[in-house]
Amino acid sequence: MSQSYNRGLIEDFGRWKEFSAGMWAWIFHKFTGWMLIGYLFTHIAVLSSAIAAADGQTIMLEGEAVNAYTGTIQGLESLFIIRVLEVGLLAVAVFHILNGLRLLMVDLGIGLEAQDKSFYASLILTGVITVASVPTFMQGVGL
Amino acid sequence: MAERYSSFTPGGTGWLLQRITAAFLVVVLAFHFFQLHFITHAADVTFAGTQARMEHVGYFLTMVLFLVTATFHGINGVYNALVNQGLDGIQKKVVLAVLTIAGLALIAQGTYVALVMAGWA
Repeated sequence: MSQSYNRGLIEDFGRWKEFSAGMWAWIFHKFTGWMLIGYLFTHIAVLSSAIAAADGQTIMLEGEAVNAYTGTIQGLESLFIIRVLEVGLLAVAVFHILNGLRLLMVDLGIGLEAQDKSFYASLILTGVITVASVPTFMQGVGL
Repeated sequence: MAERYSSFTPGGTGWLLQRITAAFLVVVLAFHFFQLHFITHAADVTFAGTQARMEHVGYFLTMVLFLVTATFHGINGVYNALVNQGLDGIQKKVVLAVLTIAGLALIAQGTYVALVMAGWA
């Protein structure tokens, strides 16, 4: 028998202390989703420097005139904060992917009784992959 | 039965497409990530290198399809998150229109950039 009751507004963040693992998974999935679509727009904007590059335009990078696209990307990559943000982006993407796979399992009704454990597993695995990626992302950049 | 908490209409087209694009994105995003952080480091990306990759029709088509599916997945996800937040009536229609225009503009710009990179525009 199904029973209906008023559970209140789901996204009432004032109730965060009452949130369960599944609720946190849902909030993190939304937060990371917003970050990723925001990044996609930024990414295409940066890559659009290829239009200027194909037109023969150059920009100054470390006192040298370089191709506008190469200069834009290498200029950004030379900034420490960009590398930190890239690690953050990886963390956000990895969590979104792992939790997305978890959601697929939930949708298919597989392992429903372990949905809280799979959320914690997603978090831990995200942490491990993010930490492991730091050396690659920080290669050749100074403070 | 447990209550349904998903923002999507059960069995709807939006729900299905969100999952199909997700499966595609997991694979292509992994490829994209390894290609541009492990094979070529992001800091070593040059216009010539990008042109060389994009000139391959298979790579070009994969990247454009990547852009289209990622944009759809993102826009559809944001729209459903807002509907779940309680968006209704005229606001819902306006938000859908704005998101659709933004998504199409992103696809148009991204495809044009890819064509320029490949030297076809």
